[in-house]
Amino acid sequence: MRVMAQMGMVMNLDKCIGCHTCSVTCKQAWTNRSGVEYVWFNNVETRPGQGYPRTYEDQDKWKGGWEIGRNGRLRLRTGSRLKRLLTIFSNPVQPSINDYYEPWTYDYDTLLDAPLQEHTPVAQPRSLLTDQPMKIEWSANWDDNLGGAPELTQDDPVLRRLSDEVKKQFEQTSMFYLPRICEHCINPSCAASCPSGAIYKRAEDGIVLVDQDRCRGWRACVTGCPYKKVYFNHRTGKAEKCTFCFPRVEVGIPTVCSETCVGRLRYIGIVLYDADRVLEAASTPDPKDLYEAQRSLLLDPHDPRVVDAAAKAGIPRDWIDAAQRSPIYALINGYEVALPLHPEYRTMPMVWYIPPLSPVVDALTQTGHDGENAGNLFGAIEALRIPVEYLAELFTAGDADRVTGVLRKLGAMRSYMRDLNLGRPPQESIAAAVGMTGDQVRDMHRLLAVAKYDERY
Amino acid sequence: MSSTQSRGGLDSPLEESLVRTSRFFRRGEVSADLRSLHQIGGRDADSFYRDRWAHDKVVRSTHGVNCTGSCSWKVFVKDGIITWEAQQTDYPSTGPDRPEYEPRGCPRGAAFSWYTYSPTRVRYPYVRGSLLQMYREAKQRLGDPVLAWADIVTDPERSRLYKSHRGKGGLVRATWDEAAEMVAAAHVYTIKTFGPDRIAGFSPIPAMSMVSHAAGARFMALIGAPMLSFYDWYADLPVASPQMFGDQTDVPESGDWWDASYLMLWGSNVPVTRTPDAHWMTEARYRGQKVVVMSPDYSDATKFADEWLAPHPGTDGALAMAMGHVVLKEFFVDRQVPRFTDYVKRFTDLPFLLTLEQRGDAYVPGKFLTAADLGDTTEGADFKTVLIDAATGDPHVPNGSLGFRFGESGKGRWNLDLGEVDPLLTLDGGDAAPVDLARFDTPRGEGATLRRGVPVRRVGGHLVTTVFDLLLAQFGVGRPGLPGEWPSGLDDASQPYTPAWQEQFTGVPAAAAARIGREFAQNAEDSGGRSMIIMGAGTNHWFHSDTIYRAFLTLTTLTGCQGVNGGGWAHYVGQEKCRPVTGWTTLAFALDWARPPRQMIQTAYWYLHTDQWRYDQTTLDGLASPLGTGRFAGKAPADVLAISARMGWMPSHPTFNRNPLDLADEAAAAGKEPAQHVLDGLDDGSLRFAGEDPDAPENFPRILTVWRANLLGSSAKGNEYFLRHLLGTDSSLRATETPPEARPRELVWRDQAPTGKLDLLLALDFRMTSTTVFADVVLPAATWYEKHDLNTTDMHPYVHSFNPAIAPPWETRTDFDSFGTIAAAFSRLAATHLGVRRDLVAVPLLHDTPDELANPRGVVRDWKAGECEPIPGKTMPKFVVVERDYAAVADKWAALGPLVEQAGLQIKGVTTTPDKEVEYLRGKNGPVRSGAAAGRPSLSRDVHWCETILALSGTTNGRLATQGFRFAEERTGTRMADLAAEHEGKLVTFADTQSRPTPVITSPEWSGSEHGGRRYSPFTVNVERLKPWHTLTGRMHFFLDHDWMTEVGENLPVFRPPLDMHALYGEPQLGNRGELGLTVRYLTPHNKWSIHSEYQDNLFMLSLSRGGPLIWMSTQDAATIGVRDNDWIEAVNRNGVVVARAIVSQRMPAGTVYMHHAQDRLIDVPRAETSGKRGGIHNSLTRLFLKPTHLIGGYAQLSFAFNYLGPTGNQRDEVTVIRRRSQEVQY
Repeated sequence: MRVMAQMGMVMNLDKCIGCHTCSVTCKQAWTNRSGVEYVWFNNVETRPGQGYPRTYEDQDKWKGGWEIGRNGRLRLRTGSRLKRLLTIFSNPVQPSINDYYEPWTYDYDTLLDAPLQEHTPVAQPRSLLTDQPMKIEWSANWDDNLGGAPELTQDDPVLRRLSDEVKKQFEQTSMFYLPRICEHCINPSCAASCPSGAIYKRAEDGIVLVDQDRCRGWRACVTGCPYKKVYFNHRTGKAEKCTFCFPRVEVGIPTVCSETCVGRLRYIGIVLYDADRVLEAASTPDPKDLYEAQRSLLLDPHDPRVVDAAAKAGIPRDWIDAAQRSPIYALINGYEVALPLHPEYRTMPMVWYIPPLSPVVDALTQTGHDGENAGNLFGAIEALRIPVEYLAELFTAGDADRVTGVLRKLGAMRSYMRDLNLGRPPQESIAAAVGMTGDQVRDMHRLLAVAKYDERY
Repeated sequence: MSSTQSRGGLDSPLEESLVRTSRFFRRGEVSADLRSLHQIGGRDADSFYRDRWAHDKVVRSTHGVNCTGSCSWKVFVKDGIITWEAQQTDYPSTGPDRPEYEPRGCPRGAAFSWYTYSPTRVRYPYVRGSLLQMYREAKQRLGDPVLAWADIVTDPERSRLYKSHRGKGGLVRATWDEAAEMVAAAHVYTIKTFGPDRIAGFSPIPAMSMVSHAAGARFMALIGAPMLSFYDWYADLPVASPQMFGDQTDVPESGDWWDASYLMLWGSNVPVTRTPDAHWMTEARYRGQKVVVMSPDYSDATKFADEWLAPHPGTDGALAMAMGHVVLKEFFVDRQVPRFTDYVKRFTDLPFLLTLEQRGDAYVPGKFLTAADLGDTTEGADFKTVLIDAATGDPHVPNGSLGFRFGESGKGRWNLDLGEVDPLLTLDGGDAAPVDLARFDTPRGEGATLRRGVPVRRVGGHLVTTVFDLLLAQFGVGRPGLPGEWPSGLDDASQPYTPAWQEQFTGVPAAAAARIGREFAQNAEDSGGRSMIIMGAGTNHWFHSDTIYRAFLTLTTLTGCQGVNGGGWAHYVGQEKCRPVTGWTTLAFALDWARPPRQMIQTAYWYLHTDQWRYDQTTLDGLASPLGTGRFAGKAPADVLAISARMGWMPSHPTFNRNPLDLADEAAAAGKEPAQHVLDGLDDGSLRFAGEDPDAPENFPRILTVWRANLLGSSAKGNEYFLRHLLGTDSSLRATETPPEARPRELVWRDQAPTGKLDLLLALDFRMTSTTVFADVVLPAATWYEKHDLNTTDMHPYVHSFNPAIAPPWETRTDFDSFGTIAAAFSRLAATHLGVRRDLVAVPLLHDTPDELANPRGVVRDWKAGECEPIPGKTMPKFVVVERDYAAVADKWAALGPLVEQAGLQIKGVTTTPDKEVEYLRGKNGPVRSGAAAGRPSLSRDVHWCETILALSGTTNGRLATQGFRFAEERTGTRMADLAAEHEGKLVTFADTQSRPTPVITSPEWSGSEHGGRRYSPFTVNVERLKPWHTLTGRMHFFLDHDWMTEVGENLPVFRPPLDMHALYGEPQLGNRGELGLTVRYLTPHNKWSIHSEYQDNLFMLSLSRGGPLIWMSTQDAATIGVRDNDWIEAVNRNGVVVARAIVSQRMPAGTVYMHHAQDRLIDVPRAETSGKRGGIHNSLTRLFLKPTHLIGGYAQLSFAFNYLGPTGNQRDEVTVIRRRSQEVQY
């Protein structure tokens, strides 16, 4: 056992209002400069939707992440390292600027400077790349709130994997938001892709960074990252990516995206994991088992053997303490309500998500039942407007039962707490139905609903 | 656990050995399996990001207007440059067991700092080039700025020329001195020639930056110019609130959503419009709260809903009426809920007696029975309403009605204490009588009647019933033995207002409507009133929104949810809460120097002065109830506006067709009382109300100053009318004028409508908007990160501050500094041109004063029609002469005047005397040493204003809060002062607000309590301390007995469908597919990417959306007109033209398009094919509609107060023709 500490994040999608404050504060702090105009270290996608860059989840096309080769061994989807070394000068498979978007500005000066003329002055859009007038046809968030759907969502790679039946449900309109940053993977394929060794994982907290001195601009990392969260700065010629705000985190301040999240849905914490078992876990044959495999990598910070090993590995006492009260560990391995994004990419991502529970009851009540009634609640979850199958394609490599299990816990929490809210005796059977005790439900409620600042981070 | 790799591996063994060699060339630790590289130390390569993060200081500030978020922000500064912002997280805790307010903010606020150094920043003063040239020439020729201004504006040719240049570029730089002098000269000339009431100021939402607002408003007040209202103008004022509650708007803070166990979001898209508050809703769900969303589209909020009902736009009232039917039937008639019954007896007008009037073979509702009807002739008897004591069966006059509110006899009795009396809710069991009621559920919304029955009794010779009995009849809840037609059950679609009936209007399944209504009430029963409705613009921006809201409030009131934490109405649109309201009011309206100020209802102002009244096409007949008396027959909206003004109901400025300074002089010269002089002039025809001839040049508004606002790119309903008639420049107006038979009778019709009425449009802003583009003078404003100010909201209970992160850059100045500059320039010129003058001010009958007693029983008497004598302050406005020392305006502006301690401060009927506070401020701010204000506390710096606002208000000064409550206790005889006494020694200082958001103190300025750290919910003081509402009965009103309410059939909550634009204005019918395109409903909801027009030009917001003006439409409508996503489209109706790109989505309902407001014409708007001119703004397709009942005044809660009551600038009933246009656009 080789204990390493890892910073991670859990986002509760059930609370995300899709406001994009995280995107703006991140952009302002980190990428509001030339060369990275098109870059959003943090972005928010409406789902169903194509994402940013568009269709990035289509790994048949973009070749990101890892796969299991015929020999059962893990390899980058772009091919073996030898092959990649030999083809280093060829153009890597990666999104063009149009797949991100062509950044633009406007002739704002005109509004003040226009001489007396026939018409009201207007600021026309102008490309930031070519300086030419342009018609805006794509942006970092073009399909926000189902704009352009259903035509545009036809190209949602996740939706395309679903059956016709689920698509039909989608016709009845549902959406949710998916905020994304770099996953700071335990098994980062960007780092493995880099011919220059410029991408490294910080030993003390697992944050994945691009060494700006060492980067040679090969852009293999852009291809290698299945989440497309490494970007090319066309001015410096180097790769850049989300830094997990390490200058802030190092001094005890949460990341910008977390602290400015108005939905209060982001949790940051430390987990301890066994570095020796990463390759084994990432090589788990059945993608549906990857969720469990990754969870099994995470070490119980309360286990004295783990504490001992961590101390021996040089992890300071306050970090072990932080791991013990880590909200993300509680959500991932305690309550088991957080799920990884696309575990099938085998990068062991460390930004996890609580799937959205909404709306619960309207489908059920159409049949005349009382959807709020605890007895009917679980039936309602199967009738979610947001198809469970879609969520499963995002978070569990298609294992819908896992997602349903999480949603049932959230539903049970609502039902259990409603009795308390109305001054009625709580029904322990509701908690028991999802394998929890009443106290556990209340504690989970405290973490998810009350969610005080010092318990989120 | 194994310590070595036990399974798997990378690539193949050969490759592995080859690649393995590379690790010798790298620093750091390569994992054993060569997957990854860990690195410790030696991180110099990342210094870029450390440097990027480094900053010199962090300054607290916020964003100052038109957003009620009131979010405290950290502004980061490096090397004297603002770099970015992030939310503060240091709000005082709400308690250990509930979420906190941190962080507050949204993407728009987070993008604000972009403006600081953006190319749209206004850096210097600008003047319209042609005007500046004329001014310089005239000044050189004449040697005097005032004469120079007069020379230009009295020359038809030159003034037409510069006005026609408005909005077409050609702004040139000027110095501050020159620009301020020209502005001052215009003001002096206009006051001298036409009067101060020909000048107006517009700046909204003071709570968001009180000093910035007050700086200009105070200047306006000191010169005698009216400030224009905004809450009603924005159509955000829920007129139902003054109607039912006698209050402007008082709502729960968002932290109180947590207390609700049932939450409806009705026409309010909380994630978009209350972004920093939305988490309370998502989190309260985890506490078992059920969330129901009513929205015609799949809105952002719908994502969180347990149930989604999608009523057709504007039909929400039908759905709410049906729910009310269910609640009344199942919780009041089939079964009684003791809590509900007890609540409505104590806190509503339901047990009060109404007279019935014979009409044909049935009856119609009359008036509230009063003590006077029973022979009482003592003080206030006309306003003492009557109920029946269940114990004795005798009539009883309970405490708390308006008759107890003023005068000696009511002292200690204005309360809701019923003693031993048990009000009888229903007269059921005795005689019954048929009643006729108005209904409007007809094909075009025209009136029809409905016959039902009520139990009756004879009291004091009057046939009476209770409001409750009449309400059951109105809602169609029958009881055995009553005459009339009744629904056979919930599934009877033929009878209003059943769930089955509503389905035909709303499209919402009857069963769903019934179930949700039932659940709402059941939850209220189970939780003690913790059912809440969050309601917003989607239901409040309609012509008949007051009826929609009264139906909503029926639900929250019947179920005992008002005045309960977690329950009741939560109206969130355009509402604000200037918590230290008394201090702000004092400074903004210069009440420390002169009273009363001029205040004007902005909707009426623009309805007249942009000549929208000339295009109204129809009279008000179609609006009236068939049971009315025909009092609106043949009358146009402008007629009732004129009537309302002359009866003193609503303010009207400009007031007369004469300079009010001259009127005062003439009266003095003639040795007459000024009021008598007015009466004589009106009598002999030498004097007329200006509103009766708005197109006469002497009645034009001449100067408009806009700051903290974007009138022409945002709120100007009827934008093209503004451009043509007010500004005199190009417009795309396509409407035709009203034919002679439908024209107003009270107004002078001039054959040629004037254009370019306004001489000077002055705009202060930090960015370019339509208002600055069309302005004659643009002054460069400091941003919100460059000034001191105060900020509060109703969404949270804290007061916090603005602070300059940097000094105002370039030549920008704070609003405070700018108006100080203008006031100084004005006073210099005024010394020679104006001197000391007396100003005759016409004051309407005011709410929360004895003026409310002017019209007993709400009977309308028009002196001009000979129905009564003209009596100032009774049947017409009051006339008050105010002395104005125009040369001393700057001195007074910068010092706190003596009326503060001499006359005390009045707010909502409560008087406080801040004598000690004046002494404190003299010490804190320092005294003024010379000039007209020598010896008074200084207001020469913005922080002085902040300290003064805080010291003069109960919410921030515990001594005054306690004093105010003691004052109120004398009247009510109930205990209240203890609510503030815990903070009697607390005075919030500006420094407090700089260090951290500071909680406010419970104060009689508001109706709720924060006592003991509880969450704020309105009316908790009324419910818990038995303090009356400020209404006729002192209770919440279902029934409104004013003559005009009767005339339009709205005595009780009723369903009125959206206006029919086809019938009224000849627009194509909805769904019509003609040559010009498809006719659809045109809605302008709030925008995800802007706060009104602010941020819609912000590059971050544009990059995260689609980068320009957009119209959302359904896939079906897009298919009908062959539009694909992102195609250029054109929307046209009689009011104007809009060019935008289409967003096609299945989340939109067919037949309705959304153009999110406020998309200005300045960003990526091409020229329209239809007009050849620049495509317009969202409001190019709208116009104003006046609802006469919003003009009622002088009667109980239906009395004017600024932003309290007035016609709304509603805009939701509009339709447009929409089509695909040429994709080759030209700019």
